[in-house]
This record gives sequence, structure tokens and C-alpha cells, in this order.
Amino acid sequence: MSMRNALLAAWSALAVGCGGALAEGPNLGKPAIPDEIASWDVSISPDGAGLPAGSGTPQQGEQVYVAKCLACHGEKGAGKPNDQLVGGQGSLQPGQVPIKTVGSFWPYATTVFDYVRRAMPLNDPKSLRDDEVYAVVAYILRLNGAIAENDKMDAQTLPAVRMPNRDGFVRFSRGR
Amino acid sequence: MRKNKRSVPSEPEQAAGNGLLDRRLFLTGGAAAIGNAAVPNTARATEALPVEQWMKMPGSPFTVYGQPSRYTSKVARIFASAPGTTGTGTSRTPHHMLDGTITPNGLHFERHHNGIPDIDPEAHRLLIHGLVKRPLIFTLDALMRYPMESRIAFIECAGNSALLYQKDPAPLGVQPIHGLLSCAEWTGVRLATLLEEAGIDPRAQWLLAEGADASGMSRSVPLAKAMDDALVAIFQNGEPVRPSNGYPMRLLLPGYEGDMNVKWLRRIKLTEGSTMTKDETSKYTMLLNDGKSLQFCFAQEAKSVITRPSPGLAMGAPGLYEITGLAWSGYGRIAKVEVSADGGASWALAALQEPVLPKAVTRFRSPWRWDGGPATLQSRATDESGYVQPSRSKLIADRGGRANYHFNGIASWGIAQGGEVKHVYA
Repeated sequence: MSMRNALLAAWSALAVGCGGALAEGPNLGKPAIPDEIASWDVSISPDGAGLPAGSGTPQQGEQVYVAKCLACHGEKGAGKPNDQLVGGQGSLQPGQVPIKTVGSFWPYATTVFDYVRRAMPLNDPKSLRDDEVYAVVAYILRLNGAIAENDKMDAQTLPAVRMPNRDGFVRFSRGR
Repeated sequence: MRKNKRSVPSEPEQAAGNGLLDRRLFLTGGAAAIGNAAVPNTARATEALPVEQWMKMPGSPFTVYGQPSRYTSKVARIFASAPGTTGTGTSRTPHHMLDGTITPNGLHFERHHNGIPDIDPEAHRLLIHGLVKRPLIFTLDALMRYPMESRIAFIECAGNSALLYQKDPAPLGVQPIHGLLSCAEWTGVRLATLLEEAGIDPRAQWLLAEGADASGMSRSVPLAKAMDDALVAIFQNGEPVRPSNGYPMRLLLPGYEGDMNVKWLRRIKLTEGSTMTKDETSKYTMLLNDGKSLQFCFAQEAKSVITRPSPGLAMGAPGLYEITGLAWSGYGRIAKVEVSADGGASWALAALQEPVLPKAVTRFRSPWRWDGGPATLQSRATDESGYVQPSRSKLIADRGGRANYHFNGIASWGIAQGGEVKHVYA
């Protein structure tokens, strides 16, 4: 049996073994082991899956915010020159000019953590330690009234935060 | 009344009011006849045609990569970046100065969330993990060994044409209003092939796609779309994908809103539910009149835009013109495009230029005899699912004016007596 035929035979055995559902490909993906994946697996689900160890309070977060965020997002998240992070609650109601902020619009607190950790601050993304991310997220949530002054944010408490616009979304279906 | 056949021997059939002519005019050769009739018999030139300098010396040398003529420097993108940034925002395609259906790579629109990364292809990796049997890492070299497919597909930012939600018409033209749309031939590996190699866990319903840019741009995509027609695109119009469009690889989800076509693709994670990233919650959701927001509106509905005549391109003398533009649908092929010159009071069928491909832009053309008077030009697309592009007022009546995304209502260009072209509501 030639090398080519041997390969073909091996391939068809594999295909049969998998129910014949394998799309044709040269199978050149290198197996990834958990230790390799960990540093890349930064996305956080609404249930909190993926949140790292660490914690932070609104008070700690204020220092981070003043040092790293205020220049773009304004005093206490008031916005300008970039996005407003605080306020606007009630502005989604009919006839109002909507002011979409973390407090008025974002449905999940986990999204704030995910986004700040991966993308902020814009001029130095991924520079905040996990404790600092928890803290600055706590500060923004506190300014929006979503948590209390002494609430500590961590992998257990953050996903449990009930955001004001949590029930504000409906799934699109065509023709609606 | 008796028809006087002799008085209109070369007059083409009127297809709709205010001068719209039968779409087959240019094909049947009637245009020359009426074109000639419209041109006054001007005095002939008295000097011989010049033999220009460029015919009397050798031309310029070869270059390694061709550039447009220096006389076409205005055929360029326009862009705006967020305060304090240089690469966070959008650039827009100058459709009023282009024709055909394929957007040149250097003019493809862009939406970046923190600049364009300078990715070394040797160091780039694509990780597929989550609810799979075998997490896998792919290099660009490895992907180059896979069978490839090409798809001609439009990509449109969900925020394209959002200015039409405004109460008053923005005094702007095709590029700033509708320029977040482009169409290219994308070539790459079917994502389904890679997912099947990794072995899909039956619990997986979604995937998270993530980019290798500074913002780590990420979106959740229904697994069904990934298995249907998604590509990991490596080539754009025949050459490696440009850095501004995702080099060395990007996700292509034909027909889906631009933001989901994640550039600089580095990670695919299969999940049970959506991850609820920033861009599928705080952005790319549509606030309705009742205060609720529509989420997970992915495919772009049928839409069309007239690219010429349009603002910035003043009309010349009255006579025969071609009205042309683009039509597209994220749900399939364009079935027909109608054009109006009287603000929607009457409509003529436009000619659709082949090829008419699913989830790609289609070029339409309609002959028009402009009499020099006021006109309001509109186009209306219908796709193969039977969906008809709505009027602006119907879209806003149904959805409200605060939705910000997915504006696909009919746009209008007003032509004034004398030929100035303006964006209007009609």
C-alpha cells in the first residue's frame, strides 16, 4: 500500500469513527492545553464564569478612577470628552432624550468588568491589576446607585449585582 | 385624440413621472438618439486637437505596488476619531465617486475601537476553545493549507445611515451619511471546518469571537451562523486582508452587522449562552419608543442608496442622466430596485447589473431625462424574501427615532431648479 493510500485509509477510518460528519480539512490545529489558554480566556459571562480572584471597593476605586479614567470620562463619570458613565436613569422612557450610561443602560455588571479589563484605559489597555478593575467597577456601580458604599466587588458579588436596566432588552425577531 | 406617431419617433417609453425612462433604454440603443437630440449643435473647434506632453516622453517607471492617479486624490475616505484619539472611530467609503460593486481595499470603510494593531503574522494565533472536544491553536501557515472559499459580501456597520433618525435632514452626502458600507471578495477557510476539527460539544449554541487589537473587540455569534456561511477570511479582493480590515485574518459573517465581523481574529470560544459583551448590550441594541431595547438584531435588512446624482455632484445641463446606486440585503439577493424622481409618487423599475449575488451589493441603473426642474430622487429595494425597504416615516413610526442602528429606510436627494443636489426628507 502506498503512503498516499495508507493516509486515505486512515482518514476514512477517522471519518467513519466520527460519524462521517467531519468537514474535510488537513487537521493542522495544534492541541491547546489549559495553561496555554488561561491568559487569553478573558471573557466574562453574565453568570460570572471567568471572573478572576481579587476584590475592590468603591472607595479604592475612586483612587483608580481619578488617576486613570477621569481625564476622559469626567468628574464622577459625568462624561466629556468621552462617554458618560453615570446618570441618565429614567431617560429611556418614552419621549425622553436617552442618556445611555452604565447605570441607565448596561444590563450586566460583569460586562463592565470584562470591558474595563480588556480595553481600558484606552491609552494603556490591560494595565490595571484585577483588584484595580474590581475597585473601579465598584466605584462606577456605586456612583450609579447599583451597590452600596461598603459593598465589596469580587467573583461572587459582582454577578449578583442587579443592574437597573436588566429587564430592558427584548430579543429581535424579524418582522416585529 | 389621434396619436401623432411622427412627432416622437425616438422618444423612449416613460417609466414613471418626472422623466424616468424605461430601464432597458441603454441596452436598446435609444439613448444615442435622445442624447443627440438633446445636444445643441455647437460651433466646431477651430484648432487642431493637441498632442500632449505625455505622448512625447517616456512614462514613469514600474512600482512595486500600484497607486491611483494623482488626479484622483479626492477619491478618498473621510474619517473621524473620538476625542483624544487618532484611530478610534470610523472612516467612510466615497461611493459617490466609485462605480461597480467591489470596494477597493484602500477605500473599504473602517470602524476601529482602539486603532489598527501591527500584527506579526508569525506570532499571530487563532485559538478555538470552550465547549469543544479538543481546544486547538492555528497559525496562519496552518490555515493556508486548508481548502478555501471566496464570498463576495457586503459589510455594513449597523450605525450606517443613522443620521436619518434625526428630525431634520443632515446637510451631507452619500459618503458621510451612507459610507459605512463596502463590498469585497473575501477568501478564507470555512469556520465550520475548523469548529468540526475541534469537535463541537452539543451544549454549544453560541461562540464568542475576539480580536487581537488593543480593545480586544468581542462579539457573540449564534453557532448556527458560524456553521452556515462564516469564513475566517485571509484574503480581501485577492490580496492579503489589509491591516485596516483585520490582517492577518478576520471573521466574515455575510449579511450580519459589521461589528460582528471581528477583525484581527485571535479567539473563538464556544459557549452555551451569549457572553453579553459591551458591543451586544450597551451598543448595537435599538432603543424603542416604549423604553425597551431590541437585542440580537444581526442581519442587515434590504436597503438601497442612490450614489449618483447625489449631494456634492452638481447637475449639468438638462438632458439624459443615469441614476445609479447600490442595493443590498443581509437576507439574500436583491429581487428588484425601483427608482422615483417625484418623491415616491411614481416608481420605475431600475436595471440590475449582473452579477446579482446574495448578501453582496447589487448595482442598479435607471435612465432619467432631467428637464432642469425640481426633482426628488429615491430608490426602494426588495429582496428575494419579499421584504420591501420601508419609507423613512414608516420605519420611524414602527421603531421610533431613538434606535440609532439598522436604519434602512428610503433616503431622498432633492434636486433644485438649477441643479443643486441636497439631502432632503420626502
